[in-house]
Amino acid sequence: MANDNMIVKNLACLRDWVDDRFPLMSNWNEHLAKYYAPKNFNFWYYFGGFALLVFVIQVITGIWLTMNYKPSAAEAFASVEYIMRDVEWGWFVRYMHSTGASAFFIVIYLHMFRALLYGSYKKPRELLWLTGMALYLLLMGEAFFGYLLPWGQMSYWGAQVIISLFGAVPFVGEALAELIRGDYVVSDVTLNRFFSLHVIAFPFLIAGLIGVHILALHETGSNNPDGVEIKKNKNAEGIPVDGIPFHPYYTVKDIFGAAVFLIFFFAVVFFAPEMHVPGTQGLFLESANFIPADPLKTPEHIAPVWYFTPFYAILRAVPSIAGSAFPGVVAMGLAVSIFLLLPWLDRSPVKSWRYRGINYRIALTLFVICFLMLGWLGLQVATPLYTWMARICSVIYFLFFLTMPFYTKVDKDKPVPDRVTS
Amino acid sequence: MMRYLKQFILVFVATFFVSPAIGLAASGAKLLHMDVDLSNQLSLQRGARIFVNYCTGCHSAKYMRFNRMGKDLGITDAVLQENFIFGDEKVGDTMTVAMDEDVALTFWGVAPPDLSVIARAKGPDYLYSYFKSFYIDESRPFGVNNLVFANASMPHVLWDLQGLQVLETHSIEEGENHSPTFDDLKLVTPGSQSPEEYDQTVKDLVNFLVYMGEPVSLNRKKIGYWVMLYLIIFAGLAFALKKEYWRDIH
Amino acid sequence: MENQNVDKSRRRFLTAAATVVGGSGAVAVAVPFVATMTPSAKTKAIGAPVEVDISELQPGERIIQKWRGKPVWILRRTKEMLADIESQNTEVSDPGSDSSAQPNYAQNEFRALNEEYLVVIGICTHLGCSPNYVTKDSESPPASDWKGGFFCPCHGSRFDLAGRVYKGVPAPNNLVVPPYKFLTPTTLLIGEDSEVA
Repeated sequence: MANDNMIVKNLACLRDWVDDRFPLMSNWNEHLAKYYAPKNFNFWYYFGGFALLVFVIQVITGIWLTMNYKPSAAEAFASVEYIMRDVEWGWFVRYMHSTGASAFFIVIYLHMFRALLYGSYKKPRELLWLTGMALYLLLMGEAFFGYLLPWGQMSYWGAQVIISLFGAVPFVGEALAELIRGDYVVSDVTLNRFFSLHVIAFPFLIAGLIGVHILALHETGSNNPDGVEIKKNKNAEGIPVDGIPFHPYYTVKDIFGAAVFLIFFFAVVFFAPEMHVPGTQGLFLESANFIPADPLKTPEHIAPVWYFTPFYAILRAVPSIAGSAFPGVVAMGLAVSIFLLLPWLDRSPVKSWRYRGINYRIALTLFVICFLMLGWLGLQVATPLYTWMARICSVIYFLFFLTMPFYTKVDKDKPVPDRVTS
Repeated sequence: MMRYLKQFILVFVATFFVSPAIGLAASGAKLLHMDVDLSNQLSLQRGARIFVNYCTGCHSAKYMRFNRMGKDLGITDAVLQENFIFGDEKVGDTMTVAMDEDVALTFWGVAPPDLSVIARAKGPDYLYSYFKSFYIDESRPFGVNNLVFANASMPHVLWDLQGLQVLETHSIEEGENHSPTFDDLKLVTPGSQSPEEYDQTVKDLVNFLVYMGEPVSLNRKKIGYWVMLYLIIFAGLAFALKKEYWRDIH
Repeated sequence: MENQNVDKSRRRFLTAAATVVGGSGAVAVAVPFVATMTPSAKTKAIGAPVEVDISELQPGERIIQKWRGKPVWILRRTKEMLADIESQNTEVSDPGSDSSAQPNYAQNEFRALNEEYLVVIGICTHLGCSPNYVTKDSESPPASDWKGGFFCPCHGSRFDLAGRVYKGVPAPNNLVVPPYKFLTPTTLLIGEDSEVA
C-alpha cells in the first residue's frame, strides 16, 4: 500500500510538472471534468462521439493501408488485392476502412437528424451548426476522393460522372473539370492527386475542424432533448443545476455506447463487408468495383455509393434545360448547401421536437421520408415512374426549407418547461 | 393537404412493391441459384483441379498464389507442384497465364479477363448459370452461344464433360414475346458426365471461384464470432460501470 | 449531487475490470496491425530459395547471387586457399565460429558444407556494408602479409577466405552463412537445407 502511495505521489508530481508548463489541468477541467452537460441526453446524443470514434478508426486504418497501397493507375487495383491477400491481416484493415466510410455517413446523418429533431442549430449554436456542415462537406469530399483509389469500374466511372457535373457549369465548366482531373479523362494523374487530397489535405482539414466544432460546442454548451438552456439555471457555485460533469458520467456512458456501436461495426466487417442487401450490388463494396477500371467501357448500371444517392436522385430529377445539365447540378448543390441556412430559416422560438407544433412535426416527418426515398431512388435505374417520384420528393425536400420561415412562425408550439425533464 | 399526403403515401408504397418486378424484367434470363459451400474442402479441391485444368490455359488468376491455395485447401507443396502447376512456376508464385496478351487479343478479340476476383464481380449465381447455359450456335466463332452472357467470345471449354445443348426456340416461332429460359435448353450430345455429375462439377468450380475471390472468407466469420463474444462481454461490463456511476444522478 | 451511499469498492472493481478488459481488447486489435507490417506472402515468395548453377565456376573465382535481396557469395577455393585459411587460425578472432551465425554443417574451419565452396552472405557484420573480394596477389592489399579475403570499405573490417573476421577490426563476428544444400554436385540451392529443424 505504501508503494501504491509512492506511485500516486510521483504521478501527481509529474502532473504538476507538466501543468506548470502546459495548461493540462485547466483543459482537462474545461472539456471533461468540469464541462457540465445536460443530464437528460438520450439515444440521439451518442452519435457525435461515434463520429469521433469512426474518424479515429479511419485515420489509423488509413495510415496502415497507405503502407501497402500504390497510387498509380497501373498498380492501384493490384495493390488493393495485394492488401486483401498477401499482407497478413490486410483484409481486416481494409474492411475496417471500407466499413468505416459508410459508418461515418450513417453516424453523421443521424447526428444531423438529432440537430433537426431538437433544434440544436438554433441560436446560440449557429456557428456550431455551420462548422458541422463544413465538416459534412469535407467528409463528402474525403469520401469522393477515397472512392477513386481502389481503381475499380465504379471508382472510375463514379469519379468520371461527378467530375462531369462540374463540367456542366456554363462557360468555365470544361476548364474546371480538366483542372480537377489534370487530364482529359480520369486518369493516373487524377488518381495521384486524389490520393494526395485523401490522405493528407482533407484529413488535416477535418481534424482541425473537429477541434473547432468541439470548441464551439463547449463555448455554448450542449443542447438537450428538451431544448432548455441549462446555463440559465445555475446554483450558488455557478454550476448549472441540470448539468453533470462530462467526466465521469458521459465518458462511461459513451464507452458503453461505443461498445455497442462496435458490435454493429465489426458485425459488418466480419460478416457482411460488402453489405450485399438484396436488390443492390453491395452497398458498402460494390461488385462492379471488383473489375479493374476500364476507360473504354462503362458498367451497365452505375450509381454513386449509397451516401450520395439522395442528392444524385435530385440531380436526375431535374430536367435538363436547353440541353444543359446545369440546372440539375445547381439543384444538387443547393440541396446540400441549403442546410447552411437552417438557423435563419427556422423562426420558431422553440427548439425541441417535444414542444414544437404540428407544422414542424409534419414537415420534418415528410422531409425524412423524402430524404430516405431519394436515397433509395438514387440507387435504382431511372424509369419514368421513378423520375416522377424523385421529382415529388425533391419538391418536398426543398419546400421543407423554403417554407420553413412561414410554417414555423405560425406553428402552435407548446410551452417549454424551465428545467429539463426526467 | 391530406389528399396529397394520401397520394404521396400510395406512390411511396407502390415503389417498394413495383420495383422488384421492374428489376427482374431488366435482367433478361433469370439466373439459376446455387448455395455456395466454402466448408466443403473436397469440393474446393475438385474446383481447383478443374480451374487449373480448364481455365488457366487462357485466364490468369494473378492475385492468387499457389501455396496460399494449398494452405487454405489442404494441398501440400509437393502435390501443388505435381498436379496444379504446369509451367515452370514455383509454389509461391501467382497463377499467371501462358498465353501472351497480344496473341489472346488477336485470337479472341478480347483479352480473357483475370479471374482472381471474378466471383466478387459477377456473383456465384451468374457463374453457375453461365457454365450451365452454353448452347450450339453456328453463327458464333466457336459454334456456341450463352444464355446469360449473349455472344460471349469464350468457347464452351467444359463441353467434353457436359456435352452439347441446343436452345429450342419453338415459342419464339409461335410468335410469342418470349425470352429464352433454362427450360428451353436441351442436351443433344451427352458428355462424359451425367447431368447430375456435371452440375456438381460446376458447383465445385463456382465454390472454388468464390473462395479465390476472397481467400480469407474461409476464416473471416470464425474470427468474427470471437470478436462479437468479446464485444458483448465488454459492452455488458461498460453498461454495469455506467449504471454504477449514474446512480449518483438518478 | 455526490451520493452518500456510494459503494466505492464496487465502483473501483467495475472501473478496474472495464479497464483490464478494454485494455486487452486494445492490445488484441493492435496485433493484426503489427502483423500487417511483417513480410507479406509476396515478399516471402520473392525471398524463396534460389538455385545456382556452379558448373562454370572456376577455382579461385567468386560469383554473387541475390537471395532475399542480399548478396550471397559463392567462392570456389583452391587447395592453396584452403591452406592459407588454416594459416590464419591464430589471426582471426573467432576461429571456431562459436559466436558466429551459420548452420551446424558450416561450423567448421572452412565454414562450409563442402570445403571447396564457400557460401556466405556478403554483408559485413559490423554495420551492413558489403565487403570487397581482395585476392592474395592484389596490388594494394588491405593488410601486410595478406592471404586473400574480404575487405569492407566502410570501416576497414577484414575477413579471411572462410569469411572469418580478423582480430582488431570493427566487425564483431564472422560473415553469416545462409542455409544451403547441393541439389547436384554442381547445383546449389540457397535458402533451404536438408537439416530437419
